[in-house]
Formats: sequence, structure tokens, C-alpha cells
Amino acid sequence: MSVMQSLDVVARSATTVPTPQVRTRAPEVAKLIDESKCIGCKACQVACMTWNDLRDEVGENVGVYDNPTNLTPSSWTVMRFFEVEPEAGSLEWLIRKDGCFHCEDPGCLKACPSPGAIVKYSNGIVDFISEHCIGCGYCVKGCPFDIPRISAADNKAYKCTLCSDRVAVGREPACVKTCPTGAISFGTKADMVAYGEQRAGELQERGFQNAGLYNPEGVGGTHVMYVLKHADQPQMVGLPAVAAISPMVAVWKGVAKPLAVAGMVGAFVAGFFHYMKVGPIEDKAEGSAADRPVKEDA
Amino acid sequence: MMSPKLLRRYSDGERMSHWLVALTFVLATLSGLALFHPSLFFFTVPFGGGQWSRFLHPFLGILMTLGFLLLFVKLWRANRVTPEDRVWRRHMVRMLRGDKAGMPPAGQYNYGQKLVFWVMAWSLLVLLVTGVLLWRMLGIPQMLPIDLLRAAVLLHAVSAVVLIAATIMHVYAVIWVKGTARAMTRGTVTESWAKTNHPLWHQEVSKGR
Repeated sequence: MSVMQSLDVVARSATTVPTPQVRTRAPEVAKLIDESKCIGCKACQVACMTWNDLRDEVGENVGVYDNPTNLTPSSWTVMRFFEVEPEAGSLEWLIRKDGCFHCEDPGCLKACPSPGAIVKYSNGIVDFISEHCIGCGYCVKGCPFDIPRISAADNKAYKCTLCSDRVAVGREPACVKTCPTGAISFGTKADMVAYGEQRAGELQERGFQNAGLYNPEGVGGTHVMYVLKHADQPQMVGLPAVAAISPMVAVWKGVAKPLAVAGMVGAFVAGFFHYMKVGPIEDKAEGSAADRPVKEDA
Repeated sequence: MMSPKLLRRYSDGERMSHWLVALTFVLATLSGLALFHPSLFFFTVPFGGGQWSRFLHPFLGILMTLGFLLLFVKLWRANRVTPEDRVWRRHMVRMLRGDKAGMPPAGQYNYGQKLVFWVMAWSLLVLLVTGVLLWRMLGIPQMLPIDLLRAAVLLHAVSAVVLIAATIMHVYAVIWVKGTARAMTRGTVTESWAKTNHPLWHQEVSKGR
């Protein structure tokens, strides 16, 4: 939501020059969500609302536990409930706490056209700086996980901040603090990867052969990771099997930018030199000097 | 000195449509380029900042398309590519070298002008369709699959660059070929300009009198 001086910015949207790099020692942080420990109580949703002072509109019950049914500009995390049958006859009820993944290579930041509206801190948190947001919706196109939501009230994009304001002063995110079963942990990225792998191993021993850590390499890894009971089929809980920035976004916000600018500037320069070399085309009747042959070395 | 004989090339309606397109093109281009490349973000300043550029851009685009539509209905017939244009196309390099005399005679529009006309028409159509798909105010992008929006945003950028390139050529041709600008600023051209650049058109309009 805002720039905290104690959080060092390592990447800034729509910025072609390096950000200040003198401090680089901040450890990378990560949140680990253990699907197998989650009971779907939504305390994390309440903690998120409370800490961030958000009140979504009261919606309608649609017959399932999902409430609200989707992320909104003022619901930055929601529990998603899935009734699945990994094997015939074995019903499982899976619950996933959805929200921003805080990608190491954030598609939103890549797509954002407004300088400094999206930043990545050295600890890995990706944050929207609302006062610079122009409401274009490019972050929505850039995100591989369908996370940012644009408010109709102020035309600004919102999403989970990983409680950057709390983390900046050495506290864990509000959802982590409140989770009654310990399904959400927070620490350094290295610790969380190690802990996640250990948890996945424990689940494998208990019969979930395909349990694993969801830390998609396609976006350089994420700073919000899951321990999934069925990591071989992340689609089961609404996650992309291959999470990466779309090739269309990569072209649009990658090679297309310098090529197009070079083409347009090139057209100007080519026109200028063409005129200087060839000169104007003038009417015959005006009998301009251009029509008369030039004698070299006369 | 005798005042040169003038021939009418554009009606007032055509000229006003053209200048509506020209003005809105400049504004839509600046507000669009601002969001395309960070080095051009400063183009948002004359519009009142990023939010205003983002808000105004689609309206400018719609106005430009409407203006072009008015021009299009009047001019598309004269811009149909004919078999004779192929000859002109083969001599295009000669034209670029400034050897106007060596060019086959052109009618109301030469092949290069027709090409610019159709490139502009098609790129504007793509810009209009993709632009409407991306217009959040209309509530359309919220209903569409994300990959369609990504394709739309890429196509919008590509066709915008094509339109800008065509316009740079268009404006340069006016600077290059002296006596052309008054066709749009005054509606008339001199007879000698017509004889030099569009001899077949000159014959046609002279015959009618």
C-alpha cells in the first residue's frame, strides 16, 4: 500500500534505471501455507480485514463455504474449497487460502506502465503503491495467478501486501499470526522451503505419495508457497500446472518495447536523412533549381 | 506574376474530417505511447497525469475512428488498388531516389498513398476492436478470458505502431512533395502540382470542365 523506507526496493515498475542498491542484506522472506493443516475457519480472512482495515460488501451465500466467492478489491485473501476425487471413490475436501504469491519475477510488475506503482522489496514482497496506480488493468493481464482486483470506486488495483508494513517492523503477516492450527508459517525463504519439504515428506509417509511443495519455477519461485497433498495435480485446487508469465505479455512488455521505439524513431531519422539527401519534389512549372542538372566540379 | 490556376482536391467536409483525425491521432498516440514504454511516460503530463491519460485515451480513439470513418466513406473508392498500380510499385525505388520524372503517371492517388490509406484503415479497425475489448469502463474486460485480453493488448500495441509508422510516412510525404499541404489546409492545389504529381487526375478534372 505504501513505500516503507525500511523496505529496500529492488525492482520498480516502468523504470529503466537501477533502484538504489547499496543495501542488499535483507533476507528473503516467505509464507508457507500447509494445505493439510488448514481447517477452513477463515480466521486468516478476518485477520486480513482487521489489520488492513478492509470491509467488503456483505455478499450472498451461494450454497458452498466460499465466502466471499472470489478475491475483490477489499478481500485480499479468500479460502477456496474443493471437493475432489484424486482416485475413484476417494472423496477429499481440499481447502486453499488464495491470495498474492509474491513472485520472484512478478508479471504484474513487468506489465505495469506507471513508474513505481508496483515495487518489489529486497525481502521479496511485491507491493502496489496505490498513489501511483492509474487503473489501467495491465497488472491483471500480467499476473499468472489472477490475483489483482481493480476497484470500481477509485480505479486502483489491490491485492495482498504480505503485510509489508508489519514485516518491515519485524512482525509476521496478520494471517500467519492468527491461524489457529499453524497451517500458515512465516520466515526466511530458505527456512520455509526446508520446512515445506519436510512437511511434504511427512505427508508422503502418511500415504500422500504425491505431496510436495508448490514454489513454481516459471516465475522464479514465489514468496508464498503451499504444501499440497497432491502436488502432481495443482489444478485440483485451482492452481496453474505451469505457472509462468504469458508469452504474449512477455513479448508485449519485452522485445516489443525497444523494437517499436527503434522503429518509430528510425522512421523519423530515415525521413530526415532522405530529405537532406534527395531534397524536395517540386512542380515542373515552377522551374526550380532542383530540376536543372548539376554539373559536378564546374 | 500570374496567380497560379487552382484545382479543388478536397471538400470542406473532407478537410474537417481529416483534421479531426489528425488532432485526435496526436492525442491518442501520446496518451497511448505513454503507457507503452516507460521512457515515454512523461507524455501523460499534458493530459493531467496517468489516471487522466488512461481515462481519456479510449474517448480520443473513438473520436479518431469516427473521423476516419467519415473520410473513409468519401475516399475508399478512389483508393482501390488497380492493375496500373503494379507498374508504379515496381518503380517505387526510383521515386525514393527523387526521380519523379521516371515514374508512371498516377491518378487521384498513387500506389504509395493507397497503401498508406489501407494500412491506416486496417490498423484503425484492429485498434478499435481490441481497444473496446480492453475498455474497463464499459465492463467488457471483466467478462472476457484473460488470454483474449492478453492477445488484445499485444495486438493493440502492434497495430498502433503500424499506424504511427504509416502516419510518419504520410506526414513526411507532405513535407517532401512541395505544394501538397495546401490540399488539406486550403482544399485546393495548383495546376502545376497536379500535372507533376497526379497527371491522370489532372486530365480527369480538366476534362470535366
